[in-house]
Amino acid sequence: MNQSEILERLKKVIVQVLGDDQIALTLTTTAEDVEGWDSFNHINIIVGAEMEFGVKFNAAELEDLKNVGDFVALIEKRLAKKN
Amino acid sequence: MNMQWLPKHQELSKKINEIKKVQAEQAWDLLSAAAQTDLNFLETIQVDKVLNEKFRGVTPPGISAPPIRLALLSSSTVDQLLPGIRVGGLRRNLWVSTYVTDYGQSLQELMDSSSRLHQFKPTVVLIAFDALSFFGTQPLGLTAESASSKLERALDQVQTLWRLSREKLGVRIIQQTPLPLYHPLMGHNEQRLPDSPYHLLRVFNARLRVLADEQNIDLLDINSWAAKEGLKEWHDPVLWHKAKQEVSPQAGPMYGELVGRILAAQLGRSFKCLVLDLDHTLWGGIIGDDGLEGIKLGQGSGLGESFAAFQRFARDLASRGVILAVCSKNDEKTALEPFEKHPEMVLKKTDIAYFAANWNDKASNLRVIAKQLNIGLDSLVFVDDNPYERNQVRGELPMVAVPELPEDPALYPDCLVSAGYFEAVALTAEDVVRSEQYQKNLERDKTQASFTDISEYLKSLDMELIWGPFDPLSLPRVTQLINKTNQFNLTTRRYSEEETKRFSTDPKAVTLRCRLTDRFGDNGIIGIMIALEQKGGDWVVDTWLMSCRVLGRGVEQAMLDLLVQESEKKGVQRLIGQYFPTAKNGMVKNHYADLGFEPMDSDSADNTRWALKLDSKKKFNYFIKSREGN
Repeated sequence: MNQSEILERLKKVIVQVLGDDQIALTLTTTAEDVEGWDSFNHINIIVGAEMEFGVKFNAAELEDLKNVGDFVALIEKRLAKKN
Repeated sequence: MNMQWLPKHQELSKKINEIKKVQAEQAWDLLSAAAQTDLNFLETIQVDKVLNEKFRGVTPPGISAPPIRLALLSSSTVDQLLPGIRVGGLRRNLWVSTYVTDYGQSLQELMDSSSRLHQFKPTVVLIAFDALSFFGTQPLGLTAESASSKLERALDQVQTLWRLSREKLGVRIIQQTPLPLYHPLMGHNEQRLPDSPYHLLRVFNARLRVLADEQNIDLLDINSWAAKEGLKEWHDPVLWHKAKQEVSPQAGPMYGELVGRILAAQLGRSFKCLVLDLDHTLWGGIIGDDGLEGIKLGQGSGLGESFAAFQRFARDLASRGVILAVCSKNDEKTALEPFEKHPEMVLKKTDIAYFAANWNDKASNLRVIAKQLNIGLDSLVFVDDNPYERNQVRGELPMVAVPELPEDPALYPDCLVSAGYFEAVALTAEDVVRSEQYQKNLERDKTQASFTDISEYLKSLDMELIWGPFDPLSLPRVTQLINKTNQFNLTTRRYSEEETKRFSTDPKAVTLRCRLTDRFGDNGIIGIMIALEQKGGDWVVDTWLMSCRVLGRGVEQAMLDLLVQESEKKGVQRLIGQYFPTAKNGMVKNHYADLGFEPMDSDSADNTRWALKLDSKKKFNYFIKSREGN
C-alpha cells in the first residue's frame, strides 16, 4: 500500500469519526486545522485507524505524531512490520 | 470484538444517507433496523451521529418506552462509550440521552443540587468507577488489617455513591463491576498475599454483589463479561495511560449493548419467548426423513450430546420464566413424535407453550404464536438453523429477534447467552409460573378480548373450514383427539384407531373431520363428528368434539351445517344429540339448546338427549367458508 492509498483510507476513518465528509486532508494537515479533531476524537481516530489497517500502535509512536504525514508514515511502518 | 449473533450489515453508509433524508417518524424505525446488525466502533459512531442529528433533545415520535436519561458517574474517561450506549438503547427501541459528570466531580455534582447533573434530571444513574479509584496506588501494607481497612473503605465509598444517588436524585442505580486493572504479584494463589490489590478487587466484586442485592442496585457486570471475552478485548493499557479509558473504544459497542439490555430489563422490556425450530435446531437430522431412530439426540454422538445440552439450556430458561414455543415446517404428528417417544428428548410437550408445526411460512406462524400467547411480536426470539427462514422472518417481522446461529450446535447456548435477549433484573413469582400460565391462557381465545365488534373480527380472520370424512391421512390425529379431548366433548366416547377406521367405511355412519385455517395460519384438525344410524331411522350424533382453541368463532354452527348436508344425502330426517356430563365437559351442557335442538329426555345420570328436525333447522350466520379437502 503506498502513501496515497493509506491517506485515502485514513481519511475515510477520520470522516467517519468526525461525521463530516467535506474534510480536506493533506500530509501537512494538523489536528488544529480540522474542526472537531480534539483530544477525544484523536483517540477515536487512532483506534479507528488500528481497526482499519489491522495494526496496533505503541504509546511512544503516538506521542510523536505532529501531522497527518507522520500518521501516514507510522501506518506505513506498522504495515511493513506486519508483513 | 463482534456481536456474532447479529447479522452483518449491508451498505451501512448508503442506508445512513437515506435515513438522513426521511422524516423523524420513519427515521427511528430505520435506525433501529440498522442497529440490529453487528456494528463496530466506527459504524456505531456513524449511526449515533444520525440519531443525534435527527432527534436532538427531542423524543422520537411513536416510541412506546419512556425516554431514558442516563447519567454516568465515573472516575475515568467514558465519553468513548456514549455512542455505544445510545445505539444499544436504539437496538432495544429505547431512546437514551446521556450525561457524564465532569472529570473527578461525581461526588460534588451529586451533592450540589444546582449542578449540571441535577439539571439533567436523570432517570437512571450508572456508576462506572474504575478499580484504581477504589484501591489507589499506595504501596502494599502487607498486613491483614491493612487489607481489611482498604476493602471496607472501598465498600463505604461505593455505598456513599449509592446513598447520595438515591437521596439526591431518587433514581434507579446501575453499578458497574470494575475491571481487574491490577496485576497479580504472586500468581494463582494471590489470596495469600495480604493487601494484594488484585485479590482485594476480586473480593470487592464479590461483596458488591451481596450489597447490591440488599440495596436493590442492578449490576452491570463488565468484569465477568471481560473475563469471558478476554480482558484484552475490553481494556487497552496504552489507552488507559494515554486517555484514562478503563473500557477501550473498541469495546464501546458491546459495552453499550450490555447497558441497553439492563435498561430494557429494568423496564420489563426484555424478550419473553424463545421460539424454536426443530430439525437441526433441537435435534440433528430431519425427523420426517430420518425418523425417530435416525435423528441425532443425546448419548451416542457428540452431535447428539450438543443438541441435548441445548435442550437443557432451553428447559432451564423456561424454568425461570422464559416461554418456549415451537415453530417448525413439519407435519404436526411427525414433529411431536420425538417429544412423545424419543427417550433422550429433554424438552417435553408440556414445556412448550405453543406448538406450531405445519407448512405455513415461519413469519405467519410467529404471528400466530404471539397472538395465541398474547405477547408482542417484539417479545419473540426465533432460533432457526436455516438462513433462509431467518431472513424471511427478518424481512417480514423486523421486531422479532433472529440470532445468527453458529453452525455447530455445541455453540447454540453461548450464542443466546451472548445475545442477552432474556436479561432479567429480578425473578418474580410470576416468572416461575409463567409457562404454565401461558399454556392455560391458550385454552381460551384471548385474541377476541381486544375487539369490540366480534363479527368484524371474525370476518377479518378469513376462516376456512376444510372438511372430509375420516381417511388414512387424518385417522391418527382424529383418534388422538377422540382420546384426549375432554372439555368440548359431548359424549367423551374413546375409540381406538381400529374402531375409528371402521366408522370411516361404515355406510351407516357419517364421519367428519374439520381443519380450520385463518389468516394467522392453520389451526390443524379442530373438529370431529361421528353420526350413526339408529333403529327407527333417526341418526344419533355419537361423537362431537372440538378443540377449545377455536371456540366462539362459529365453527360449531359450520360443523352442524356440514353434518346436516351429509346426513341429508343419506335421507336422514331427524338428528339426535346426546350430552353425557363429566367432570370436565360442563362447557357444552347447553350446546344443543344453543344450536336449536329440542330437548327430548334425560336419565338418572343427567344424560340428556336432544332432537333436531332437519327441515326446521334454523339458518346460521357465521364467517367461515367450508370446502372439502385435506
